[in-house]
Amino acid sequence: MVIKRREFLQVGSLATASFMVPKFLKAFEGKALVPPGNKVVVILQLSGGNDGLNTVIPVRNDIYYKARPRLGILRDKALSITDEAGLHPALTSFREAFDDGSLGILNNVGYPNPDRSHFRSMDIWHTASQSNDYWNTGWLGRYLDAQCNGCDKPTQALEIDDVLSLALKGENVKGLALKDPQRLYGTSNEKFFREISKQHTASREEQPVDYLYKTMSETLSSADYIFKQSRLHPTTGEYPKTDLGNSLKTISSLVYSEINTKVYYVSLGSFDTHINQGQQQERLFKEMNDAVGAFVKDLKKNNRFNDVLLFTFSEFGRRVSQNASNGTDHGTANNMFFLSGGLKQKGILNNMPDLADLDEGDLKYKIDFKNVYSTVLKNWLGADDQKILGKKYDKLNFV
Amino acid sequence: MLSNQIKNQHLMWRAGFGPAADQLDQLKNTTPNQLYQALQKESGKKPAYMDVADNYLKGLYMGAEEIGRQGKKKELDAEERKMIRNKQRDGIKNLNLLWLSQMVESKAQLREKMAFFWHGHFASRNINIFFQQQLLDIIRVNALGSFKDLLHDVSKSAAILNFLNASQNKKDHPNENFAREVMELFTMGRGNYTETDIKEAARAFTGWSANIKGEFIFRRFQHDDGAKTVLGNTGKFEGEDILNLLLEEKQTAIFITQKIYKFFVNETIDKQKVEWLANRFYKNDYHIEKLMDDIFTADWFYDEKNIGMKIKSPIELLAGMQRMLPMKLDNEESLLLMQRILGQLLFYPPNVAGWPGGKTWIDSSSLMMRMRIPQLINDNDELNVRPKIDDDQMGGRTDDEDMTANVDKKKRGYGKVGKPINADVNWEVYTKNFESVPRENLLAALQSHLLQVKANYKGDIIKNSADNSGRENFIKSATIQIMSTPEYQLC
Repeated sequence: MVIKRREFLQVGSLATASFMVPKFLKAFEGKALVPPGNKVVVILQLSGGNDGLNTVIPVRNDIYYKARPRLGILRDKALSITDEAGLHPALTSFREAFDDGSLGILNNVGYPNPDRSHFRSMDIWHTASQSNDYWNTGWLGRYLDAQCNGCDKPTQALEIDDVLSLALKGENVKGLALKDPQRLYGTSNEKFFREISKQHTASREEQPVDYLYKTMSETLSSADYIFKQSRLHPTTGEYPKTDLGNSLKTISSLVYSEINTKVYYVSLGSFDTHINQGQQQERLFKEMNDAVGAFVKDLKKNNRFNDVLLFTFSEFGRRVSQNASNGTDHGTANNMFFLSGGLKQKGILNNMPDLADLDEGDLKYKIDFKNVYSTVLKNWLGADDQKILGKKYDKLNFV
Repeated sequence: MLSNQIKNQHLMWRAGFGPAADQLDQLKNTTPNQLYQALQKESGKKPAYMDVADNYLKGLYMGAEEIGRQGKKKELDAEERKMIRNKQRDGIKNLNLLWLSQMVESKAQLREKMAFFWHGHFASRNINIFFQQQLLDIIRVNALGSFKDLLHDVSKSAAILNFLNASQNKKDHPNENFAREVMELFTMGRGNYTETDIKEAARAFTGWSANIKGEFIFRRFQHDDGAKTVLGNTGKFEGEDILNLLLEEKQTAIFITQKIYKFFVNETIDKQKVEWLANRFYKNDYHIEKLMDDIFTADWFYDEKNIGMKIKSPIELLAGMQRMLPMKLDNEESLLLMQRILGQLLFYPPNVAGWPGGKTWIDSSSLMMRMRIPQLINDNDELNVRPKIDDDQMGGRTDDEDMTANVDKKKRGYGKVGKPINADVNWEVYTKNFESVPRENLLAALQSHLLQVKANYKGDIIKNSADNSGRENFIKSATIQIMSTPEYQLC
């Protein structure tokens, strides 16, 4: 590959700066630049339990309309994608993606013994544990552990947020959360922190204090690295001025910089629509649709859409029947979107939910989300999924 | 040889929420044993019930019976239900702040610290303020008493029964959740019983429930009164019998002692010490205070390898800071916001296993946030960091004044983002401890009270970035700087 002069200098100066960080830190070497074709995954968490049945609407299903006399989305309102399914009217960009073969929809994703509390179910999705296990590490954190053994580069997984999710916390390595590269750079560039960080010269990292210094100095050097990378090829794409729009804009600029990041994590919410679901879901979907639409357009223009996989998930779906407040209560299985120019399987990937076969009013899951994780880890990121998930899961075919 | 001062500070951090500004003198002039006895004495009294519940809610919940008797069960409309939910949420916020203020101010440090441990051990989430108040009272009252009583009372509390789906545990449809967690998390720990033990124990707990007022209810007709076999014992066991069987297992004493050792002494377990402690705990009939005596009066507790080895939990950090720098906060909600951002909001444990603690507190963002807090408090800056959405707290609604989750994110959730902290620090109580310290020794004196580990950084960094325009200003600014170091995260 041809390295531009500016990038070469960038890498060079970072390598020099690394002499100032403690010994146990193997700072950024030439490895920081990743060859094109570098696969990246963007995870979009729909917090609060998105209503999947009003996302991918079973437009030919009488049970659906009977269970949702007021909330059901009529067939002629939905964006038709197949004979039996339509998308929520706000999801125009997703329909476009469906039409050009870059959208996959997986129905009935869940897990055995579903939990209907937000935090517990989100915990299960984040850790990829069984529902009666309590794990303290996230699946992407363990990906970092496996991937990054000894490399001390938390920039391999970034969350665009102020607070880091459990999903990105590994045993030894944790991802990094940032709202925007410049702000992170600003905070961590305070002289006092810089100076303190330089002081520590522990050779071992067995003591808690070493762990703290290690985290601190990783944060500071990552902040530099991310900030500098983010300014290499800032995107020129137009993004909506929403939170998600800004986040995806940050992500695309980082993707173009060939930073070593493999995983980006971002959340949108709250989809906890117990009351007046229609309005709330539509507003959030509009934010999602416009931001994701801009992101896809931007990636295509820069020829990177084939290397980026964006997928959505929510901690659970909602009950089939609407409640008395024009909302829906917590449910179980749900659908997931996969967006990429590099999908091997497109369109609706499996059967629509069977509304005649429910478990006390809730959908039965047909696909364990851990099969999705293992597919993404192995087929997309080339990682050791079995080691990360602690168990062998069959792969799906979408990538 | 470690000084009494450092040992006493160690004791204050572990058996309480850190040394307080007005006791620094005492910490130099007493032995750890004397200090522990004083702590014990202060914690001897039965604590007062913490009641923050709104009168409207009290009328509604506690008067539920009367309404029922009058035969007109009140139908609540959507507006009222929303108001109730908000009042419940406010109640839990107020309970949080009230308990946190006790951790800071109460003389009964040992009791509050012990209760804080049990709060994580018997973890539950409930939006019902009465259930929360009741459970908190149970653990505060029994914090240093008998673990047997504590286990029985907690297991019959509405908060735990409700949280662990006990009311769905019926003769014909047993729900194993409660029985499983009692064994796995409350008593023996994983790997010491079989799935059959859980199934059989769940049968014994059928019929256990609580009413809306939080009282324990035994629903006889949902109870399975047949014979059960649990841990090799067969009989027509009731729920209480199962708890007693679990207490008879020495493994329960071992499991609890291990957890206490990790929490109060060192994350790394010393097998021999734990075995010795657990034996005595079991022999002493699960007397918690005696176990704590064994720990806090042991020489090894004050070994260098146990001092400064624990990463403070967010609550310990926040309470500890306020004990050292007594302050009045205009915007108390910022304390809730900090708890959320740092990952430990009282009454909202991450799951039924409680907060995992240790290194899990620390990632890039949480560490940088921790180190910025002293500065934010000192400058009365805005907390411009936004915590994550938690729908168990906020229910996804957008129309309440402080949970407009999507419309105006500045106002979202617990504590308002973007509002200044407005702390009024009473520096005098603190600075007067250093009146007689010569200027050249000031930094060392400050560090000796603020840090439990040796500083890795050079003192010059503090000196250079501190305000050198006078003695007072130096003490204040150097203190803020020292609190902004990695070392201060440890106790």
